[in-house]
Amino acid sequence: MLTLLETTTMEERPMTQPPTFAAPTARAEPTAAPVAPSVKMQTEALCAWFGKNKVLQGISLPILEKRVTALIGPSGCGKSTFIRCLNRLHEVIPGAKMDGRVLLDNEDVYVRGMDPVGLRRRVGMVFQRPNPFPTLSIRDNVLAGWKLAGLRPKDPDTLVEKALNQAALWNEVKDSLNRNGASLSGGQQQRLCIARALALEPEVLLMDEPCSALDPIATAKVEELIHELGQKYTIVIVTHSMQQAARVSHHTAFLYMGDLVEYNATDALFTRPADRRTEDYITGRFG
Amino acid sequence: MNELSTPETDPTHSWLVRLWRAFIHGREVNGPDRIFRIVTAVFAATAIVTLGAMAWIMFKESIPAMKQFGWRFISGVDWDPVQDSFGALPYIFGTVVSSLLALVLAVPVALGIAIYLAELAPTWLRRPLGFLVELLAAIPSVIYGLWGVFVLSPWLRDSIQPFFAKAFGWTPFFEGTPRGFGMMAGVLILAIMILPTIASVSRDVLEAVPNSIREGALALGTTRWEMVRKAVLPCAKSGVVGAVILGLGRALGETMAVTMVIGNRADISFSLFSPSHTLASVLANEYAEASGDIYHASLMEIA
Repeated sequence: MLTLLETTTMEERPMTQPPTFAAPTARAEPTAAPVAPSVKMQTEALCAWFGKNKVLQGISLPILEKRVTALIGPSGCGKSTFIRCLNRLHEVIPGAKMDGRVLLDNEDVYVRGMDPVGLRRRVGMVFQRPNPFPTLSIRDNVLAGWKLAGLRPKDPDTLVEKALNQAALWNEVKDSLNRNGASLSGGQQQRLCIARALALEPEVLLMDEPCSALDPIATAKVEELIHELGQKYTIVIVTHSMQQAARVSHHTAFLYMGDLVEYNATDALFTRPADRRTEDYITGRFG
Repeated sequence: MNELSTPETDPTHSWLVRLWRAFIHGREVNGPDRIFRIVTAVFAATAIVTLGAMAWIMFKESIPAMKQFGWRFISGVDWDPVQDSFGALPYIFGTVVSSLLALVLAVPVALGIAIYLAELAPTWLRRPLGFLVELLAAIPSVIYGLWGVFVLSPWLRDSIQPFFAKAFGWTPFFEGTPRGFGMMAGVLILAIMILPTIASVSRDVLEAVPNSIREGALALGTTRWEMVRKAVLPCAKSGVVGAVILGLGRALGETMAVTMVIGNRADISFSLFSPSHTLASVLANEYAEASGDIYHASLMEIA
């Protein structure tokens, strides 16, 4: 079992598989716009612990701008912890620690003295279970990122409409914006949470199994939404479902036991997995 | 009888039979379960009977006072056992004012304690600190009273009250001689006593707010303070109000500690220095000397 003291020797640990950058042009993808997408975020030897339990073993992964990156892997492999490190939400859990670097536009977000508050406004997050604020109306939920911070958007009504439109929820709620956010169905609540994150116009959107609490129809809606948002935003999505990863993402990373096993363009990873463990996982032999 | 019919609602039985069936007899078919239900139902009934008996006695015994004074009992300011003239307004005033002022002092501090314990304190500190707060709630009130008599009152008389008298003596709230014993001491004691109650109940309420709300707020780029104030507290609002009501209840009913420090004089005064009285403290003071029917009946009406 690895202990805390060994963290500095991380670089000596053999990398299972160096991340491979696949050319996005290899995909017959109508939404793929720029020829060479730039790297929006980058983790370098990212390690994370809960108490003494090391859940990330040093992950280096690029996250390309205006692309959907999916993280797949069996339960407990560290997918959620990984994206929670990206917006520094991992550290709010008592006993949680991390090491390594996370770069956003080539700047380390873990620099000493840096306030995570600004980072979290640039890197939005949608959670596994829809968590609208139960005391706020639909409208105020969308504006929560502003209102909770005591800020006032220039044109709140337009912002609400735009965010709800982007989250494909506007038509369903436009006549009941003052209803309580918790009165919506589960799928609507999740889209409300997406709208809430989008209202801050984040540069990166992290999604932690956003469909796992939703029924198939709501799932299809949210997936379609992710696909559309991927043209404007940099999205990182954690998912249990390989079909979902294949449907919505441009790039996929397979994590196993806290290690990054393989990273590639989604169709390449699913059709020609380079690592034995990836192949076993996507063909359903374990996981 | 048809097994599917419900004897509780069967209109062919009298209400007494239906009551018996619903609460005592039940639908259990085996012996132990039937005994279990009957025993627990009897225990539950004792609570109702006791409460009813006490309410009935208070009411019955206070009939003479109600007859003689009517509403004047509540609005009257004289409490004169010698003349057999009883008006409870000073006590009502003292009770309400002391309790409300105690709330004003205690609620912000208690909320601060609760928020620190539930949201900010490091994990290793939460349990011991929370335990200490609950321990404070368990101290018998006579000990608070004793502390009030020997420590708080002299301190108020010698250092705090002269300062207020000098600075704010021109207002009606700080006029008169600083005596130590009086409204100020009573309010402070009450505030200290209800503090742990409000704090520990509020902490439990805050801890019951799901973590997803906190993470949702933090992920939107709020500071911890904004998260607590605008996301967590609104969710816990009804529970915190409940905690405050609980504290108010304790303050209204608190007898011993208040009796020991409040000065026990049936006056209505706005000055925090002047001795005062509460409903509970007059009962504690005078039950032994209540000779005469009207005196007795008046105390009963207070109760």
